[in-house]
Amino acid sequence: MEKRVRRRYAAERRFRLLGLLAIGLSVAFLAFLLINMAAKGLGGFTQTEAKLTIDFPRSDIILDPATLKGPEAKRAVASADLEGSLNASALRQYGADASDLFGPAAARQLGRDLISDPSLLSRRADLWLPVASAYDVAAKDQGSAKAEQVIAAIGAKGALQRGFNADFLVASDATDSGVVGVWGALKGSFLTILVTILLAFPVGVLAAVYLEEFAPRNRWTDLIEVSINNLAAVPSIIFGLLGLAVFLNFMHLPRSAPLVGGLTLALMTMPVIVIAGRNAIKSVPPSIRDAALGVGASKMQVVFHHVLPLALPGILTGTIIGMARALGETAPLLMIGMRAFIANPPQGIADPATVLPVQIFLWSDEVGRGFVEKTSAAIIVLLVFMLLMNGIAIYLRNRFERRW
Amino acid sequence: MTLFIALIAIGLVAASAWWLAIGRARHLRGKGRLNSLPAYHGVHTLLWALLPALFMLAVWAPIQASLVNQAVLSSPESKALPAFDMQRDAILDEARQIAAGRIEHGYNPQSEQLAPRFGEAESRYGAIGGGVALLLAFAGAALALRRIVPEFRARAGVECWIQALLVAASLIAILTTLGIVLSLLFESLRFFKLVSPIEFLFGTSWSPQTALRADQAGSSGAFGSVPLFWGTAFIGAIIAMIVAIPLGLMSAIFLTQYSPPRLRAWLKPILEILAGVPTVVYGYFAALTVAPMVRDFGLAIGITSASSESALAAGLVMGIMIIPFVSSMADDSIAAVPQAMRDGSLALGATKAETIKKVLLPAALPGVVGGVLLAVSRAIGETMIVVMAAGLSANLTANPFASVTTVTTQIVQLLTGDQEFDSAKTLAAFALGLALFVITLVLNLIGLRVVRKYREAYE
Repeated sequence: MEKRVRRRYAAERRFRLLGLLAIGLSVAFLAFLLINMAAKGLGGFTQTEAKLTIDFPRSDIILDPATLKGPEAKRAVASADLEGSLNASALRQYGADASDLFGPAAARQLGRDLISDPSLLSRRADLWLPVASAYDVAAKDQGSAKAEQVIAAIGAKGALQRGFNADFLVASDATDSGVVGVWGALKGSFLTILVTILLAFPVGVLAAVYLEEFAPRNRWTDLIEVSINNLAAVPSIIFGLLGLAVFLNFMHLPRSAPLVGGLTLALMTMPVIVIAGRNAIKSVPPSIRDAALGVGASKMQVVFHHVLPLALPGILTGTIIGMARALGETAPLLMIGMRAFIANPPQGIADPATVLPVQIFLWSDEVGRGFVEKTSAAIIVLLVFMLLMNGIAIYLRNRFERRW
Repeated sequence: MTLFIALIAIGLVAASAWWLAIGRARHLRGKGRLNSLPAYHGVHTLLWALLPALFMLAVWAPIQASLVNQAVLSSPESKALPAFDMQRDAILDEARQIAAGRIEHGYNPQSEQLAPRFGEAESRYGAIGGGVALLLAFAGAALALRRIVPEFRARAGVECWIQALLVAASLIAILTTLGIVLSLLFESLRFFKLVSPIEFLFGTSWSPQTALRADQAGSSGAFGSVPLFWGTAFIGAIIAMIVAIPLGLMSAIFLTQYSPPRLRAWLKPILEILAGVPTVVYGYFAALTVAPMVRDFGLAIGITSASSESALAAGLVMGIMIIPFVSSMADDSIAAVPQAMRDGSLALGATKAETIKKVLLPAALPGVVGGVLLAVSRAIGETMIVVMAAGLSANLTANPFASVTTVTTQIVQLLTGDQEFDSAKTLAAFALGLALFVITLVLNLIGLRVVRKYREAYE
């Protein structure tokens, strides 16, 4: 008898351990994912810089200081082949192997330095410039043997340092992984989410109000309810197909524009807002409604002046969570054509754009070694935004939601 | 452009009508008792001025588009247009954009000639539409202003409009579902004219090539989708569920029955974070880290055909993604079992584990099963993880280390290529989408019904 009881207690302990193990494993997976992405991506925010001594008057950079102060400065700098001149200097300073040490990133940096201080052109200066992506990758121990040798040689001379790559957040997509940035994608994401929220929030809230407060119990409203619940569970790629068939082929809206992306995502997010809205409105107690009716308000006034303000925190929480989901969606936007290479950030909602998750997807296909860390860095940016939005939703929920 | 001006004009008319109405109502209030507040009178007049005009413009816009197209196509310059649909549409598109001032020079020379035609047709029809809408706005404003008398129930009128707005908002949900079904059906029917449904549903070889030109070699396409459905089921319903169900269920049991409240307050948000990570991140993680690990593991245990894009990698990561869904559904179901059953079992001397295994789980089983069905439906519809981690080769294999493809991967592949829109290759994507929609719909309906019926049984 004792033995049996002891065996049962042992089984109990084992079961409890299994449960702990299960949840421990889930948390461990999440931690592994996040740490892996962070480790690969933090490198994307830094860039390797090498010191270069340029004697500007004697170099082959032909620029007029007067032009640099005028409106044609950017064009003059772009057409001056700074990259070639820099590599010529690198060849002299660091040997034949370093003849491609600098890339477009260094040219851009030098151009900016020259525009802000044209007097550089008349003297000799020591500049810290970002190296080309092949060498940047080598400095982070992932490059070819030859590049690593060059980097080691430069490092031995004390001419190497790690700098913060602020351009990653303000530059747009490019073909060279040294100059890519997420700004174009961020702006596209922002515009798309703006269109989504402007369309989905009013429609979702009004539909929730109708279904909870005004709808009679008949077959039509049952049908509406069933279709909303199903829409919330339809795979997102189907919405992409819908967007392609209706918005692009039937209505001829501009392809790959935040307008079409926002419309598609709004259709996807609206059921989520309706369901959250219904739950929030349902949780307002009947006593509030009865009291308002008793004081003489009409049904519409009860809903819009009393019930809706009280249900607003819950609705907002649901909306923010829905928006966070929409921010991370890739498949429907791939269908409506946001797969293109967009080098300039969009100016309005009808310009071709891309969003951050799609940008991550496109970069993950690139072959350059430098793109691995840039993709992971973009993932870090995306995760930071998601955490921010979910954090705001949780804060709102804890601070403003009332338990009746 | 003209329509834009018309919109602004209508807005001005409505705003002045609102202003006049409030003034008049306030004036009347000085003389006696009004039924509704002046604000309601104002809004009522505004709505009557604004909404019929806007509705008319909304109806006119597509009509105007087709009238403009007709006018341009009947003009003399359009004789030079090619008959080929895609090219002709491209030229027309460009001409439209030049006329709208969005681009300066077109790619094709004909678009610059057609642009002025577009311009005049648009301004002509825009003026007609805008004029009629403006007239409607004036008429609406005048009619509404006349009705402002003390006994007039303006508030009831406004509330009528608002109710109509609410109904319209709810109907958008039905419209969306209808839109999905109709658009998928329409394109799929076009596909089934080119490829027989029997071959599509039961054929076992998938190689969607269609000829770009009639004499191209390698143009015979096979559109048998069984390997795709097998890939989807293998990754989503088998491997992912093998990972997600035990982990999700045991996590839910631990969280509800065993964990102290403070630990639970931390662990639940962490599981929610797992659900909130974008799927493209999971996909990249699967492609970058998990797939090489799986391939090395496969080679180490002797499977030489282990590829770097394997079903196991995608399935594992998808399972991790689904854990929070299963966990929260199981959590809800177990929490819904009446406390009396739990207390009764414990009172009889059972340990907690025995209570869970023999009393709570069987009682919560329908809810858990419903949750699993919903999770399977989610896993089947998942796109990014499989696009990035599973492969493109459609083969019917039970080897988890081999590369399989799924329905969603093929949809993405078929529609982001360079094929023209009418070919069987791109239309196949819509047929696949329709099949996916039907399957997930059925799974969702069954799952939701099981969960709901179970909840009623205990209440």
